[in-house]
Amino acid sequence: MGCIYGLVALGFVLIYKATELVNFAQGDLLMLGAFVCYMFVIWYGVGYWAAFALAIAIVALFGAALDASVLRRVIGQPQFAVVMLTIGLGAIFRAFASMTWGSEIYTLPTPFSAKATRVGGVTISHEYVSIIVGTVILCAVLYAFFTYTRVGVAMQAASQNQLAAYYMGIPVKRMFSLIWAISAGVAAIAGVLLAPVSLIDINLGFIGLKAFAAAVLGGFGSIPGSLVGGITIGLIELFAGAYLPHGFKDVAAYVVLLAVLAIRPQGMFGTVGRKKV
Amino acid sequence: MPRALLEVSNVETYYGPIMAIRGISFTVPKGQIVTILGANGAGKTTILKTVSGVMDPQKGSVLFDGKAIHGMDPDRVMRLGLSHVPEGREVFPFLSVRENLRMGAYTRSDPGGIAQDLEMVYEYFPVLQARADQRAGSLSGGEQQMLAISRALMARPAMMLLDEPSLGLSPKLVKEIFDIILRINKERGVTVLLVEQNANMALHIADYGYVLEVGRIVMEDACARLLEKDDIKEFYLGVKEAGVRGTRRWKRKKTWR
Ligand SMILES: Nc1ncnc2c1ncn2[C@@H]1O[C@H](COP(=O)(O)OP(=O)(O)OP(=O)(O)O)[C@@H](O)[C@H]1O
Ligand SMILES: [Mg+2]
Repeated sequence: MGCIYGLVALGFVLIYKATELVNFAQGDLLMLGAFVCYMFVIWYGVGYWAAFALAIAIVALFGAALDASVLRRVIGQPQFAVVMLTIGLGAIFRAFASMTWGSEIYTLPTPFSAKATRVGGVTISHEYVSIIVGTVILCAVLYAFFTYTRVGVAMQAASQNQLAAYYMGIPVKRMFSLIWAISAGVAAIAGVLLAPVSLIDINLGFIGLKAFAAAVLGGFGSIPGSLVGGITIGLIELFAGAYLPHGFKDVAAYVVLLAVLAIRPQGMFGTVGRKKV
Repeated sequence: MPRALLEVSNVETYYGPIMAIRGISFTVPKGQIVTILGANGAGKTTILKTVSGVMDPQKGSVLFDGKAIHGMDPDRVMRLGLSHVPEGREVFPFLSVRENLRMGAYTRSDPGGIAQDLEMVYEYFPVLQARADQRAGSLSGGEQQMLAISRALMARPAMMLLDEPSLGLSPKLVKEIFDIILRINKERGVTVLLVEQNANMALHIADYGYVLEVGRIVMEDACARLLEKDDIKEFYLGVKEAGVRGTRRWKRKKTWR
Protein backbone atom coordinates (compact mmCIF):
# COMPACT_ATOMS: atom_id res chain seq x y z
CA MET A 1 0.00 0.00 0.00
CA GLY A 2 2.80 2.35 0.90
CA CYS A 3 4.39 1.79 -2.49
CA ILE A 4 1.19 2.89 -4.20
CA TYR A 5 1.04 6.07 -2.14
CA GLY A 6 4.67 6.57 -3.00
CA LEU A 7 4.08 6.18 -6.74
CA VAL A 8 1.16 8.58 -6.80
CA ALA A 9 3.14 11.02 -4.66
CA LEU A 10 5.95 10.71 -7.17
CA GLY A 11 3.53 11.85 -9.85
CA PHE A 12 2.57 14.90 -7.79
CA VAL A 13 6.19 15.77 -7.23
CA LEU A 14 7.31 15.37 -10.84
CA ILE A 15 4.67 17.78 -12.06
CA TYR A 16 5.15 20.19 -9.20
CA LYS A 17 8.89 20.38 -9.66
CA ALA A 18 8.58 21.01 -13.35
CA THR A 19 5.66 23.37 -13.59
CA GLU A 20 4.87 24.43 -10.01
CA LEU A 21 1.35 23.14 -10.50
CA VAL A 22 -0.20 20.84 -7.91
CA ASN A 23 -2.23 18.29 -9.78
CA PHE A 24 -5.05 17.10 -7.56
CA ALA A 25 -6.35 14.91 -10.38
CA GLN A 26 -3.37 12.58 -9.96
CA GLY A 27 -5.43 10.00 -8.04
CA ASP A 28 -8.11 10.07 -10.70
CA LEU A 29 -5.52 9.36 -13.38
CA LEU A 30 -4.70 6.28 -11.33
CA MET A 31 -8.37 5.34 -11.40
CA LEU A 32 -8.50 5.80 -15.17
CA GLY A 33 -5.41 3.60 -15.56
CA ALA A 34 -7.06 0.81 -13.60
CA PHE A 35 -10.31 1.09 -15.58
CA VAL A 36 -8.62 1.18 -18.96
CA CYS A 37 -6.67 -1.94 -18.10
CA TYR A 38 -9.82 -3.64 -16.82
CA MET A 39 -11.69 -2.69 -19.97
CA PHE A 40 -9.08 -4.25 -22.23
CA VAL A 41 -8.85 -7.43 -20.21
CA ILE A 42 -12.55 -8.06 -19.63
CA TRP A 43 -14.31 -6.41 -22.57
CA TYR A 44 -11.82 -7.06 -25.32
CA GLY A 45 -10.08 -10.13 -23.96
CA VAL A 46 -6.61 -8.66 -24.26
CA GLY A 47 -3.89 -10.37 -22.23
CA TYR A 48 -2.94 -8.84 -18.88
CA TRP A 49 0.49 -7.57 -19.91
CA ALA A 50 -0.68 -6.10 -23.19
CA ALA A 51 -3.58 -4.41 -21.41
CA PHE A 52 -1.15 -3.08 -18.81
CA ALA A 53 1.03 -1.57 -21.53
CA LEU A 54 -2.00 -0.14 -23.35
CA ALA A 55 -3.30 1.42 -20.15
CA ILE A 56 0.04 3.11 -19.48
CA ALA A 57 0.29 4.39 -23.04
CA ILE A 58 -3.28 5.67 -23.18
CA VAL A 59 -3.20 7.43 -19.83
CA ALA A 60 0.27 8.88 -20.57
CA LEU A 61 -0.95 10.27 -23.89
CA PHE A 62 -3.99 11.60 -22.12
CA GLY A 63 -1.73 13.35 -19.59
CA ALA A 64 0.28 14.99 -22.33
CA ALA A 65 -2.86 16.09 -24.15
CA LEU A 66 -4.24 17.50 -20.91
CA ASP A 67 -1.10 19.57 -20.48
CA ALA A 68 -1.09 20.83 -24.04
CA SER A 69 -4.78 21.70 -24.13
CA VAL A 70 -5.69 22.87 -20.63
CA LEU A 71 -2.93 23.17 -18.10
CA ARG A 72 -0.42 25.06 -20.20
CA ARG A 73 -2.84 27.98 -20.14
CA VAL A 74 -3.02 28.26 -16.37
CA ILE A 75 0.72 28.32 -15.69
CA GLY A 76 1.39 31.55 -13.85
CA GLN A 77 -2.18 31.91 -12.63
CA PRO A 78 -2.69 31.92 -8.85
CA GLN A 79 -2.19 28.51 -7.23
CA PHE A 80 -5.76 28.64 -6.01
CA ALA A 81 -7.14 28.68 -9.55
CA VAL A 82 -4.92 25.75 -10.53
CA VAL A 83 -5.97 23.70 -7.51
CA MET A 84 -9.63 24.28 -8.30
CA LEU A 85 -9.05 23.41 -11.93
CA THR A 86 -7.33 20.09 -11.19
CA ILE A 87 -9.94 19.16 -8.57
CA GLY A 88 -12.57 19.93 -11.19
CA LEU A 89 -10.76 17.81 -13.76
CA GLY A 90 -10.67 14.97 -11.25
CA ALA A 91 -14.45 15.23 -10.81
CA ILE A 92 -14.91 15.18 -14.58
CA PHE A 93 -12.77 12.05 -14.85
CA ARG A 94 -14.87 10.33 -12.19
CA ALA A 95 -18.07 11.32 -13.95
CA PHE A 96 -16.66 10.08 -17.22
CA ALA A 97 -15.65 6.80 -15.62
CA SER A 98 -19.08 6.24 -14.10
CA MET A 99 -20.75 6.94 -17.46
CA THR A 100 -18.44 4.62 -19.33
CA TRP A 101 -17.92 1.81 -16.90
CA GLY A 102 -20.79 2.31 -14.48
CA SER A 103 -20.49 2.69 -10.74
CA GLU A 104 -20.19 -0.99 -9.90
CA ILE A 105 -17.14 -2.46 -8.29
CA TYR A 106 -14.91 -4.64 -10.42
CA THR A 107 -12.10 -7.04 -9.83
CA LEU A 108 -9.22 -7.36 -12.21
CA PRO A 109 -7.90 -10.90 -12.60
CA THR A 110 -4.13 -10.95 -12.93
CA PRO A 111 -1.45 -13.61 -13.27
CA PHE A 112 -0.70 -12.95 -9.58
CA SER A 113 -4.23 -13.44 -8.27
CA ALA A 114 -4.70 -15.84 -5.41
CA LYS A 115 -1.14 -17.08 -5.42
CA ALA A 116 1.12 -16.81 -2.46
CA THR A 117 4.56 -17.76 -1.34
CA ARG A 118 5.60 -18.72 2.15
CA VAL A 119 8.82 -17.12 3.25
CA GLY A 120 10.02 -18.20 6.66
CA GLY A 121 6.57 -18.68 8.11
CA VAL A 122 5.08 -15.50 6.65
CA THR A 123 2.68 -15.77 3.76
CA ILE A 124 3.08 -13.11 1.10
CA SER A 125 0.57 -12.92 -1.69
CA HIS A 126 1.93 -12.38 -5.18
CA GLU A 127 -0.21 -9.32 -5.68
CA TYR A 128 1.74 -7.47 -3.02
CA VAL A 129 5.02 -8.77 -4.38
CA SER A 130 4.07 -7.45 -7.80
CA ILE A 131 3.44 -4.00 -6.32
CA ILE A 132 6.79 -3.90 -4.58
CA VAL A 133 8.75 -5.27 -7.53
CA GLY A 134 6.92 -2.95 -9.92
CA THR A 135 7.73 0.06 -7.77
CA VAL A 136 11.39 -0.82 -7.51
CA ILE A 137 11.76 -1.39 -11.25
CA LEU A 138 9.88 1.78 -12.08
CA CYS A 139 12.02 3.86 -9.74
CA ALA A 140 15.22 2.46 -11.17
CA VAL A 141 14.08 3.18 -14.71
CA LEU A 142 12.99 6.72 -13.87
CA TYR A 143 16.22 7.40 -12.00
CA ALA A 144 18.35 6.20 -14.90
CA PHE A 145 16.27 8.20 -17.33
CA PHE A 146 16.56 11.49 -15.44
CA THR A 147 20.25 11.06 -14.67
CA TYR A 148 21.80 9.56 -17.76
CA THR A 149 19.79 10.52 -20.81
CA ARG A 150 20.09 13.84 -22.57
CA VAL A 151 16.34 14.38 -22.58
CA GLY A 152 16.09 13.40 -18.92
CA VAL A 153 18.74 15.91 -17.87
CA ALA A 154 17.10 18.51 -20.09
CA MET A 155 13.83 17.89 -18.23
CA GLN A 156 15.56 18.51 -14.95
CA ALA A 157 17.05 21.66 -16.44
CA ALA A 158 13.68 22.86 -17.69
CA SER A 159 12.15 22.38 -14.27
CA GLN A 160 15.03 24.11 -12.48
CA ASN A 161 15.13 27.16 -14.68
CA GLN A 162 12.58 27.47 -17.41
CA LEU A 163 13.90 30.64 -18.95
CA ALA A 164 17.48 29.40 -19.11
CA ALA A 165 16.25 26.17 -20.66
CA TYR A 166 14.69 28.19 -23.46
CA TYR A 167 18.01 29.95 -23.96
CA MET A 168 19.67 26.55 -24.40
CA GLY A 169 17.26 25.71 -27.19
CA ILE A 170 15.41 23.15 -25.08
CA PRO A 171 11.77 22.91 -26.25
CA VAL A 172 10.38 23.60 -22.79
CA LYS A 173 6.71 23.18 -23.63
CA ARG A 174 7.31 19.76 -25.11
CA MET A 175 9.36 18.83 -22.04
CA PHE A 176 6.45 19.75 -19.78
CA SER A 177 4.03 17.68 -21.82
CA LEU A 178 6.47 14.81 -21.56
CA ILE A 179 6.64 15.22 -17.79
CA TRP A 180 2.84 15.13 -17.66
CA ALA A 181 2.91 12.00 -19.75
CA ILE A 182 5.43 10.33 -17.46
CA SER A 183 3.56 11.35 -14.38
CA ALA A 184 0.21 10.16 -15.75
CA GLY A 185 1.90 6.93 -16.88
CA VAL A 186 3.24 6.38 -13.36
CA ALA A 187 -0.27 6.93 -11.99
CA ALA A 188 -1.64 4.37 -14.45
CA ILE A 189 0.99 1.84 -13.40
CA ALA A 190 0.07 2.44 -9.77
CA GLY A 191 -3.58 1.96 -10.68
CA VAL A 192 -3.04 -1.33 -12.46
CA LEU A 193 -0.81 -2.64 -9.68
CA LEU A 194 -3.33 -1.60 -7.09
CA ALA A 195 -6.36 -3.02 -8.88
CA PRO A 196 -6.04 -6.66 -7.77
CA VAL A 197 -5.75 -5.79 -4.06
CA SER A 198 -8.21 -2.93 -3.87
CA LEU A 199 -11.00 -3.59 -6.37
CA ILE A 200 -11.77 -1.02 -9.03
CA ASP A 201 -14.43 1.59 -8.63
CA ILE A 202 -14.74 5.23 -9.53
CA ASN A 203 -13.62 6.36 -6.09
CA LEU A 204 -10.28 4.64 -6.37
CA GLY A 205 -8.87 8.08 -7.04
CA PHE A 206 -9.40 9.24 -3.47
CA ILE A 207 -6.22 7.41 -2.68
CA GLY A 208 -4.67 10.52 -4.21
CA LEU A 209 -5.48 12.44 -1.05
CA LYS A 210 -3.34 10.15 1.06
CA ALA A 211 -0.65 10.21 -1.59
CA PHE A 212 -0.73 13.97 -1.38
CA ALA A 213 -0.09 13.65 2.33
CA ALA A 214 2.81 11.35 1.46
CA ALA A 215 4.23 13.95 -0.92
CA VAL A 216 3.99 16.64 1.74
CA LEU A 217 5.47 14.33 4.33
CA GLY A 218 8.44 13.64 2.08
CA GLY A 219 8.96 17.33 1.48
CA PHE A 220 7.15 18.41 -1.64
CA GLY A 221 9.65 18.48 -4.43
CA SER A 222 11.86 15.62 -3.35
CA ILE A 223 11.57 12.44 -5.40
CA PRO A 224 13.13 9.99 -2.92
CA GLY A 225 11.18 11.85 -0.24
CA SER A 226 7.87 11.14 -1.93
CA LEU A 227 8.58 7.40 -1.99
CA VAL A 228 9.72 7.31 1.62
CA GLY A 229 6.71 9.44 2.54
CA GLY A 230 4.42 6.99 0.77
CA ILE A 231 5.92 3.95 2.43
CA THR A 232 5.81 5.68 5.81
CA ILE A 233 2.13 6.43 5.45
CA GLY A 234 1.49 2.88 4.29
CA LEU A 235 3.26 1.49 7.36
CA ILE A 236 1.53 3.87 9.73
CA GLU A 237 -1.82 2.73 8.39
CA LEU A 238 -0.85 -0.88 8.71
CA PHE A 239 0.18 -0.56 12.35
CA ALA A 240 -2.70 1.74 13.22
CA GLY A 241 -5.07 -0.80 11.71
CA ALA A 242 -3.51 -3.61 13.71
CA TYR A 243 -2.96 -2.02 17.11
CA LEU A 244 -5.26 0.96 17.45
CA PRO A 245 -9.04 0.93 17.87
CA HIS A 246 -11.16 0.75 14.74
CA GLY A 247 -11.38 4.07 12.88
CA PHE A 248 -7.89 5.26 13.68
CA LYS A 249 -6.47 3.67 10.57
CA ASP A 250 -7.56 6.40 8.21
CA VAL A 251 -6.74 9.23 10.58
CA ALA A 252 -3.35 8.06 11.77
CA ALA A 253 -1.55 9.11 8.60
CA TYR A 254 -2.77 12.68 8.93
CA VAL A 255 -1.91 12.85 12.60
CA VAL A 256 1.66 11.85 11.80
CA LEU A 257 1.71 14.32 8.93
CA LEU A 258 0.71 17.14 11.26
CA ALA A 259 3.32 16.09 13.78
CA VAL A 260 6.10 15.97 11.18
CA LEU A 261 5.11 19.31 9.73
CA ALA A 262 5.13 20.90 13.16
CA ILE A 263 8.68 19.71 13.77
CA ARG A 264 10.13 19.93 10.27
CA PRO A 265 7.94 22.22 8.18
CA GLN A 266 9.95 21.47 5.04
CA GLY A 267 9.10 17.76 5.28
CA MET A 268 11.45 14.89 5.97
CA PHE A 269 13.56 15.39 2.88
CA GLY A 270 12.78 18.95 1.90
CA THR A 271 15.50 21.48 1.45
CA VAL A 272 15.13 24.97 2.79
CA GLY A 273 15.61 28.05 0.63
CA ARG A 274 15.66 26.13 -2.59
CA LYS A 275 14.96 29.01 -4.91
CA LYS A 276 17.05 32.11 -4.82
CA VAL A 277 15.17 34.20 -7.32
CA MET B 1 31.22 48.64 -43.30
CA PRO B 2 30.87 44.85 -42.91
CA ARG B 3 27.47 43.33 -43.43
CA ALA B 4 25.13 43.54 -40.43
CA LEU B 5 24.49 40.22 -38.71
CA LEU B 6 21.72 41.64 -36.54
CA GLU B 7 19.38 44.36 -37.70
CA VAL B 8 16.81 45.79 -35.33
CA SER B 9 14.39 48.29 -36.88
CA ASN B 10 11.81 50.52 -35.16
CA VAL B 11 11.10 48.02 -32.44
CA GLU B 12 8.47 48.78 -29.79
CA THR B 13 8.03 46.38 -26.87
CA TYR B 14 5.41 46.53 -24.13
CA TYR B 15 4.95 45.06 -20.66
CA GLY B 16 1.17 45.05 -20.67
CA PRO B 17 0.24 48.68 -21.20
CA ILE B 18 3.73 49.92 -20.34
CA MET B 19 5.88 50.76 -23.33
CA ALA B 20 9.43 49.76 -22.37
CA ILE B 21 11.07 50.10 -25.79
CA ARG B 22 9.95 53.13 -27.73
CA GLY B 23 11.01 52.60 -31.30
CA ILE B 24 14.61 51.46 -31.43
CA SER B 25 16.85 50.72 -34.39
CA PHE B 26 20.42 49.48 -34.32
CA THR B 27 22.67 47.09 -36.17
CA VAL B 28 25.44 44.72 -35.14
CA PRO B 29 27.97 44.06 -37.91
CA LYS B 30 29.40 40.57 -38.26
CA GLY B 31 32.50 39.92 -36.17
CA GLN B 32 32.21 43.07 -34.06
CA ILE B 33 31.41 43.85 -30.45
CA VAL B 34 28.59 46.33 -30.08
CA THR B 35 27.55 47.67 -26.69
CA ILE B 36 24.34 49.24 -25.44
CA LEU B 37 24.77 51.43 -22.37
CA GLY B 38 22.02 52.71 -20.15
CA ALA B 39 20.94 53.31 -16.57
CA ASN B 40 18.54 51.14 -14.54
CA GLY B 41 15.26 50.64 -16.26
CA ALA B 42 16.48 52.10 -19.53
CA GLY B 43 15.28 48.96 -21.26
CA LYS B 44 18.52 47.12 -21.97
CA THR B 45 17.32 43.74 -20.76
CA THR B 46 14.05 44.23 -22.60
CA ILE B 47 15.92 44.80 -25.86
CA LEU B 48 17.89 41.58 -25.47
CA LYS B 49 14.74 39.65 -24.58
CA THR B 50 13.06 41.04 -27.66
CA VAL B 51 15.97 39.95 -29.83
CA SER B 52 16.18 36.44 -28.39
CA GLY B 53 12.43 35.90 -28.65
CA VAL B 54 11.46 35.79 -24.97
CA MET B 55 9.35 38.85 -25.63
CA ASP B 56 7.66 39.76 -28.86
CA PRO B 57 7.78 43.31 -30.18
CA GLN B 58 4.50 45.06 -30.86
CA LYS B 59 5.98 46.84 -33.84
CA GLY B 60 9.16 46.73 -35.87
CA SER B 61 11.39 43.93 -37.06
CA VAL B 62 14.40 41.94 -35.93
CA LEU B 63 16.53 40.38 -38.66
CA PHE B 64 19.26 37.88 -37.87
CA ASP B 65 21.47 36.99 -40.80
CA GLY B 66 18.78 38.44 -43.06
CA LYS B 67 16.04 36.29 -41.53
CA ALA B 68 13.07 37.74 -39.60
CA ILE B 69 13.18 36.34 -36.06
CA HIS B 70 10.68 38.54 -34.23
CA GLY B 71 7.78 36.50 -32.89
CA MET B 72 9.80 33.27 -32.91
CA ASP B 73 10.08 31.13 -29.78
CA PRO B 74 13.42 31.54 -27.99
CA ASP B 75 14.50 27.96 -28.52
CA ARG B 76 14.13 28.37 -32.28
CA VAL B 77 16.04 31.65 -32.32
CA MET B 78 18.81 29.95 -30.41
CA ARG B 79 18.98 27.15 -32.96
CA LEU B 80 19.75 29.77 -35.62
CA GLY B 81 23.00 30.59 -33.79
CA LEU B 82 22.04 33.35 -31.37
CA SER B 83 22.88 32.59 -27.73
CA HIS B 84 21.58 34.72 -24.88
CA VAL B 85 23.53 34.98 -21.61
CA PRO B 86 20.80 36.37 -19.37
CA GLU B 87 21.07 38.96 -16.65
CA GLY B 88 21.66 37.26 -13.29
CA ARG B 89 23.32 34.14 -14.82
CA GLU B 90 20.36 31.78 -14.57
CA VAL B 91 22.38 28.58 -14.26
CA PHE B 92 20.64 25.26 -13.56
CA PRO B 93 21.33 25.18 -9.80
CA PHE B 94 20.92 21.45 -9.15
CA LEU B 95 22.84 20.21 -12.15
CA SER B 96 26.60 19.84 -12.03
CA VAL B 97 28.82 22.31 -13.83
CA ARG B 98 29.52 19.73 -16.52
CA GLU B 99 25.81 18.97 -17.00
CA ASN B 100 25.14 22.70 -17.29
CA LEU B 101 27.74 22.94 -20.02
CA ARG B 102 26.29 19.91 -21.80
CA MET B 103 22.86 21.53 -21.71
CA GLY B 104 24.46 24.44 -23.55
CA ALA B 105 25.18 22.01 -26.37
CA TYR B 106 21.67 20.52 -26.21
CA THR B 107 20.86 21.39 -29.82
CA ARG B 108 24.06 19.84 -31.19
CA SER B 109 24.61 16.25 -32.18
CA ASP B 110 28.36 16.08 -32.84
CA PRO B 111 29.90 14.41 -29.75
CA GLY B 112 33.43 15.07 -31.01
CA GLY B 113 32.84 18.77 -31.46
CA ILE B 114 31.10 19.02 -28.09
CA ALA B 115 34.05 17.39 -26.32
CA GLN B 116 36.40 19.76 -28.13
CA ASP B 117 34.38 22.80 -27.08
CA LEU B 118 34.27 21.54 -23.50
CA GLU B 119 38.08 21.57 -23.53
CA MET B 120 37.97 25.05 -25.01
CA VAL B 121 35.79 26.55 -22.28
CA TYR B 122 37.89 24.82 -19.61
CA GLU B 123 40.86 26.54 -21.16
CA TYR B 124 39.12 29.92 -21.01
CA PHE B 125 37.93 29.33 -17.45
CA PRO B 126 40.11 26.70 -15.70
CA VAL B 127 38.12 27.07 -12.49
CA LEU B 128 35.14 25.43 -14.18
CA GLN B 129 37.16 22.30 -14.82
CA ALA B 130 38.15 22.17 -11.16
CA ARG B 131 34.47 22.44 -10.21
CA ALA B 132 33.09 20.21 -12.97
CA ASP B 133 31.22 17.85 -10.63
CA GLN B 134 29.99 20.49 -8.23
CA ARG B 135 26.40 21.71 -8.29
CA ALA B 136 26.17 24.95 -10.23
CA GLY B 137 24.08 26.52 -7.47
CA SER B 138 27.01 26.25 -5.08
CA LEU B 139 29.39 28.27 -7.26
CA SER B 140 30.27 31.84 -6.40
CA GLY B 141 28.63 34.63 -8.36
CA GLY B 142 31.69 35.15 -10.51
CA GLU B 143 32.03 31.45 -11.24
CA GLN B 144 28.35 31.29 -12.16
CA GLN B 145 28.89 34.14 -14.62
CA MET B 146 31.79 32.23 -16.17
CA LEU B 147 29.57 29.18 -16.37
CA ALA B 148 26.75 31.14 -18.00
CA ILE B 149 29.09 32.51 -20.66
CA SER B 150 30.68 29.10 -21.23
CA ARG B 151 27.31 27.40 -21.44
CA ALA B 152 26.23 29.80 -24.16
CA LEU B 153 29.53 29.23 -25.95
CA MET B 154 28.92 25.47 -25.98
CA ALA B 155 26.24 26.00 -28.61
CA ARG B 156 28.91 27.32 -31.01
CA PRO B 157 26.86 30.45 -31.59
CA ALA B 158 27.47 32.91 -34.39
CA MET B 159 26.45 35.67 -32.03
CA MET B 160 26.14 36.11 -28.27
CA LEU B 161 23.90 38.48 -26.33
CA LEU B 162 25.49 39.35 -22.99
CA ASP B 163 23.35 41.03 -20.34
CA GLU B 164 25.50 42.80 -17.73
CA PRO B 165 28.22 40.19 -17.31
CA SER B 166 29.97 42.47 -14.80
CA LEU B 167 27.02 42.55 -12.43
CA GLY B 168 28.12 42.15 -8.81
CA LEU B 169 31.70 41.16 -9.61
CA SER B 170 34.92 42.54 -8.18
CA PRO B 171 36.85 44.93 -10.46
CA LYS B 172 39.56 42.33 -10.98
CA LEU B 173 37.08 39.66 -12.03
CA VAL B 174 35.29 42.13 -14.29
CA LYS B 175 38.58 42.79 -16.07
CA GLU B 176 39.16 39.04 -16.42
CA ILE B 177 35.68 38.38 -17.85
CA PHE B 178 35.95 41.22 -20.33
CA ASP B 179 39.34 39.97 -21.49
CA ILE B 180 37.78 36.59 -22.19
CA ILE B 181 34.85 38.19 -24.04
CA LEU B 182 37.36 39.99 -26.22
CA ARG B 183 39.27 36.74 -26.81
CA ILE B 184 36.07 34.87 -27.71
CA ASN B 185 35.31 37.60 -30.21
CA LYS B 186 38.79 37.65 -31.75
CA GLU B 187 39.66 33.93 -31.63
CA ARG B 188 36.28 32.38 -32.35
CA GLY B 189 34.87 35.18 -34.49
CA VAL B 190 31.74 35.35 -32.35
CA THR B 191 29.78 38.55 -32.84
CA VAL B 192 28.82 40.12 -29.51
CA LEU B 193 26.01 42.41 -28.39
CA LEU B 194 26.97 43.55 -24.90
CA VAL B 195 24.62 45.35 -22.55
CA GLU B 196 26.32 47.10 -19.65
CA GLN B 197 26.19 49.64 -16.89
CA ASN B 198 29.95 49.46 -16.56
CA ALA B 199 30.44 51.90 -19.42
CA ASN B 200 34.17 52.23 -18.94
CA MET B 201 34.91 48.53 -19.46
CA ALA B 202 32.33 48.09 -22.20
CA LEU B 203 33.57 51.03 -24.25
CA HIS B 204 37.14 49.77 -24.04
CA ILE B 205 36.44 46.38 -25.59
CA ALA B 206 33.57 47.25 -27.95
CA ASP B 207 33.80 48.68 -31.45
CA TYR B 208 30.58 50.62 -31.55
CA GLY B 209 28.22 51.84 -28.83
CA TYR B 210 24.65 52.99 -28.35
CA VAL B 211 23.36 54.94 -25.36
CA LEU B 212 19.85 54.13 -24.24
CA GLU B 213 17.60 56.32 -22.12
CA VAL B 214 14.08 55.32 -21.08
CA GLY B 215 13.47 53.18 -24.11
CA ARG B 216 15.08 55.40 -26.73
CA ILE B 217 18.55 55.56 -28.25
CA VAL B 218 19.91 59.03 -27.54
CA MET B 219 23.44 58.69 -28.84
CA GLU B 220 25.52 56.36 -30.97
CA ASP B 221 29.10 56.41 -32.18
CA ALA B 222 32.32 54.45 -32.42
CA CYS B 223 33.46 53.62 -28.90
CA ALA B 224 36.74 55.53 -29.24
CA ARG B 225 34.75 58.69 -29.92
CA LEU B 226 32.09 57.99 -27.28
CA LEU B 227 34.87 57.82 -24.69
CA GLU B 228 35.74 61.45 -25.48
CA LYS B 229 32.27 62.86 -24.95
CA ASP B 230 31.44 64.84 -21.82
CA ASP B 231 27.98 63.29 -21.41
CA ILE B 232 29.56 59.88 -21.40
CA LYS B 233 32.19 60.84 -18.85
CA GLU B 234 29.40 62.03 -16.61
CA PHE B 235 27.59 58.76 -17.18
CA TYR B 236 30.47 56.88 -15.56
CA LEU B 237 29.28 58.19 -12.20
CA GLY B 238 26.35 55.81 -12.41
CA VAL B 239 28.74 52.86 -12.19
CA LYS B 240 29.22 53.39 -8.45
CA GLU B 241 25.68 52.18 -7.77
CA ALA B 242 26.43 48.72 -9.08
CA GLY B 243 26.78 47.10 -5.63
CA VAL B 244 23.45 48.35 -4.30
CA ARG B 245 21.62 47.27 -7.44
CA GLY B 246 23.13 43.84 -7.17
CA THR B 247 21.51 43.18 -3.82
CA ARG B 248 18.19 44.58 -4.87
CA ARG B 249 18.04 42.37 -7.90
CA TRP B 250 18.23 39.15 -5.90
CA LYS B 251 15.10 40.11 -4.06
CA ARG B 252 13.17 40.89 -7.17
CA LYS B 253 10.67 38.18 -7.90
CA LYS B 254 10.99 36.34 -11.15
CA THR B 255 7.76 36.95 -13.01
CA TRP B 256 8.61 35.78 -16.48
CA ARG B 257 6.79 32.74 -17.73
N1 LIG C 1 8.06 42.16 -16.01
C1 LIG C 1 7.87 43.49 -16.13
N2 LIG C 1 6.63 44.02 -16.01
C2 LIG C 1 6.42 45.34 -16.14
N3 LIG C 1 7.39 46.24 -16.39
C3 LIG C 1 8.64 45.78 -16.52
C4 LIG C 1 8.95 44.39 -16.40
N4 LIG C 1 10.28 44.22 -16.56
C5 LIG C 1 10.77 45.45 -16.79
N5 LIG C 1 9.81 46.40 -16.77
C6 LIG C 1 9.98 47.83 -16.99
O1 LIG C 1 10.55 48.04 -18.26
C7 LIG C 1 11.54 49.04 -18.21
C8 LIG C 1 12.85 48.50 -18.76
O2 LIG C 1 13.29 47.41 -17.98
P1 LIG C 1 14.65 46.62 -18.28
O3 LIG C 1 14.67 45.43 -17.39
O4 LIG C 1 14.75 46.38 -19.73
O5 LIG C 1 15.74 47.66 -17.81
P2 LIG C 1 17.32 47.52 -17.79
O6 LIG C 1 17.84 48.59 -18.64
O7 LIG C 1 17.73 46.14 -18.11
O8 LIG C 1 17.61 47.85 -16.27
P3 LIG C 1 18.70 47.22 -15.28
O9 LIG C 1 19.97 47.92 -15.56
O10 LIG C 1 18.17 47.55 -13.93
O11 LIG C 1 18.77 45.77 -15.55
C9 LIG C 1 11.63 49.46 -16.74
O12 LIG C 1 10.91 50.68 -16.61
C10 LIG C 1 10.96 48.37 -15.98
O13 LIG C 1 10.30 48.88 -14.85
MG1 LIG D 1 18.68 44.70 -17.15
